[in-house]
Amino acid sequence: MSPNAYLIVSAALFCIGLAGVLIRRNAVVMFMCVELMLNAANLALVTFSKVHSELDGQVAAFFTMVVAAAEVVVGLAIIITIFRSKASLSIDDARRMRH
Amino acid sequence: MGGGMFLLETGLSGMTWVVIALPIFAAALLLLLGEVADGWGHWVGVLGIALPFGYAVALFLTMLREPAAVTVDLYTWLRIGAVDVGVTLLIDQLSILFTLLVTGVGALVAIYSIGYLAHDPGRRRFFGFINLFIAAMLLLVLADNYVLLFLGWEGVGLASYLLIGFWQQREAAALAAKKAFLMNRFADLGFITAIAVLFAKAGSVRFSEVAAPLNEAGGPWAGIVAVALLLAACGKSAQVPLQSWLLDAMEGPTPVSALIHAATMVSAGVYLMLRSLPLYELVPAVQVAVAVIGVLTLFVGAWIGAAGRDMKRVLAGSTMSQVGYLMLAAGLGPVGAVFAVFHLLTHGVFKADLFLSVGAVTESVGFGELRRLGGLVKVIPWVFAAFTCGYLAIIGVPFLAGFYSKEHIISAAWDASPVLGGCAIIGAGLTAGYMTRLLLLTFVGAARWTELADADAAVAAAEVDSDAPSTPEVHHAPASMGFPLVVLSLLSLGGGLALNGWLQGWLGPVFGVELAPTGLLHFDWLSYTTLGVVLLGVVVAVLRYRKVTPEWFDSWQLVSPPLPAVVDTVASESEVEDSEEVAVHSVDLAAIGAAGLYADALIDRAAVAPVAALTESVAWAERRVIRDGTDASWRAMGWVSALSRRLQNGSIRTYALLLTAGTAVALLSMLIWVWM
Repeated sequence: MSPNAYLIVSAALFCIGLAGVLIRRNAVVMFMCVELMLNAANLALVTFSKVHSELDGQVAAFFTMVVAAAEVVVGLAIIITIFRSKASLSIDDARRMRH
Repeated sequence: MGGGMFLLETGLSGMTWVVIALPIFAAALLLLLGEVADGWGHWVGVLGIALPFGYAVALFLTMLREPAAVTVDLYTWLRIGAVDVGVTLLIDQLSILFTLLVTGVGALVAIYSIGYLAHDPGRRRFFGFINLFIAAMLLLVLADNYVLLFLGWEGVGLASYLLIGFWQQREAAALAAKKAFLMNRFADLGFITAIAVLFAKAGSVRFSEVAAPLNEAGGPWAGIVAVALLLAACGKSAQVPLQSWLLDAMEGPTPVSALIHAATMVSAGVYLMLRSLPLYELVPAVQVAVAVIGVLTLFVGAWIGAAGRDMKRVLAGSTMSQVGYLMLAAGLGPVGAVFAVFHLLTHGVFKADLFLSVGAVTESVGFGELRRLGGLVKVIPWVFAAFTCGYLAIIGVPFLAGFYSKEHIISAAWDASPVLGGCAIIGAGLTAGYMTRLLLLTFVGAARWTELADADAAVAAAEVDSDAPSTPEVHHAPASMGFPLVVLSLLSLGGGLALNGWLQGWLGPVFGVELAPTGLLHFDWLSYTTLGVVLLGVVVAVLRYRKVTPEWFDSWQLVSPPLPAVVDTVASESEVEDSEEVAVHSVDLAAIGAAGLYADALIDRAAVAPVAALTESVAWAERRVIRDGTDASWRAMGWVSALSRRLQNGSIRTYALLLTAGTAVALLSMLIWVWM
């Protein structure tokens, strides 16, 4: 099986996510873009796992998912706290982390 | 504190430590009690020296019956490996004579000082210092090893410093004290070197135990120790080339000059040479150097004495010159050593007599500059009589103290080498010359101090720190100053008669030599030659200084003549003797002598200037390299952190961009690495 198609999709997902993180100001959107990049990496891991017929890549993908889930919890909590104090979701408004 | 114990010797010698303890106690009492002791402190000071003198006399009388060298172990001071350094006193025929001289002259000088400093507010402090000096000097002469001797050696250096600078409010005195201390510290370098070599190579620091191991050790070690000790002795005894501090030391009170800088401390270097005699016997070349330094100083001192413009300065030159005799004798081996002690004792007495007479003169008229003296014989005849006793003794008039002792040195020097003997004879003539000059300019002729009084009154009034009264009035010295002068005068007259013939047998065992005593009327052709030269010296001086007018002193107006240009060019050669040769052609000898043979300027060029230059360069390196270097490093750090701080701007998107860019760069470099 040729992994090229999967890898192209993975690279495309990664670039979209990266572009979103760099360009967008909305914290939630940036957050989703980060998730996109993580899943792009997961896709690449699973692809190579299949290519090499080994399970290491899939195990790593599971780890990434678990870590991503934990990160979502913490990240969303921070975003909500920032929104409460600044009444804004723009990441540029959170430049100064002090009162 | 551990390790030591008292071994109580039976009899008087076992308690010898009290002669050191008493003056220490007196000094502590006087210096610690403060003003409370002002009223009676001087009596404590006198007792602190007189009691040890009494003890020394008793000890001496018992030793007369049964001469023996006794060592008294008091305490183990240090034990390093196999080397023991004990607080051990050595009481033998040599050290008892020194103890008698130090305490005897010391007690007389202390009595004299009661009157001399009667109106000085610091008199109690003075007596404290004098007692400190006596204690240190006694430790020096009673020590059984080099380390303990060094303790006393440093102690007398300290006391000398304190006493030269006794009138510390006068800048000249403070500077003179510092100079004496520094030059002696330089010389001490030799002593410390010698002790270090003894520790390493001889395995002992006791006088009696160092020569044999050094001989076995072979190599240059005996020579190194001998040269190092000679350096130390040159400093302490004011020998060429470290002589110049003694002239400035005359800034101290006159009793100090008499006791420390004439009778006792300056002979400590000679004492060191004598104690190290077995060591010097191993290295004849260094022994010759000792004698040569003695001869050089003999002439240098005589030159300075002959040109001196102040009574005390003349006597300081004379002291150098006479100590030069002692060094010469110490360099002649065991026979010379015996006569070195002889001359040391007589010199201690008659030079103390001369200095105390000078003190009586300055006490009477208020100053000691020869230009302003003259004609004092009619005014203070008793001082004149005391001075004359010392004068006759020092020039070596037959049957007086200086005659016997100097005669013996001259004859020993002649036996060793006619060159040394000839120099010693010429030195005797020079001594007669400059002492006659001093006598004539001070006591004979017109009384210049009355004529110059008006002219100098203005000068004296202008000088803030001048202690000369504006109008000289003659005071008469108190009895406390008279008594020591009488005793010392009598000893100057009779001391030689008493010691001659006895001393050779007494000191023979110490130096391991058997000397047949010479009779009191022993005259040979050498004696007659010496007497002839002395007579010549007297006659020349009388002819030249018989009639001096105040105008004659006009050439003295320059207080210190500038260093001649000729000396400038050779000064970098740093040898005092070299420059003398050159200077002779260009300037008059008297001016050179009055300037102390430019020793200060030469030392300045040879030693002070290079060290100052070194200090300057080190300071420059500190400023330019170390300080500027550290400055540059912190400036650079500040600059770097100011730049990097701008990255931490709090914008998450900047961080994301930087992170991406960094990762991209890392990836690209990895790819390039793989493709290459």
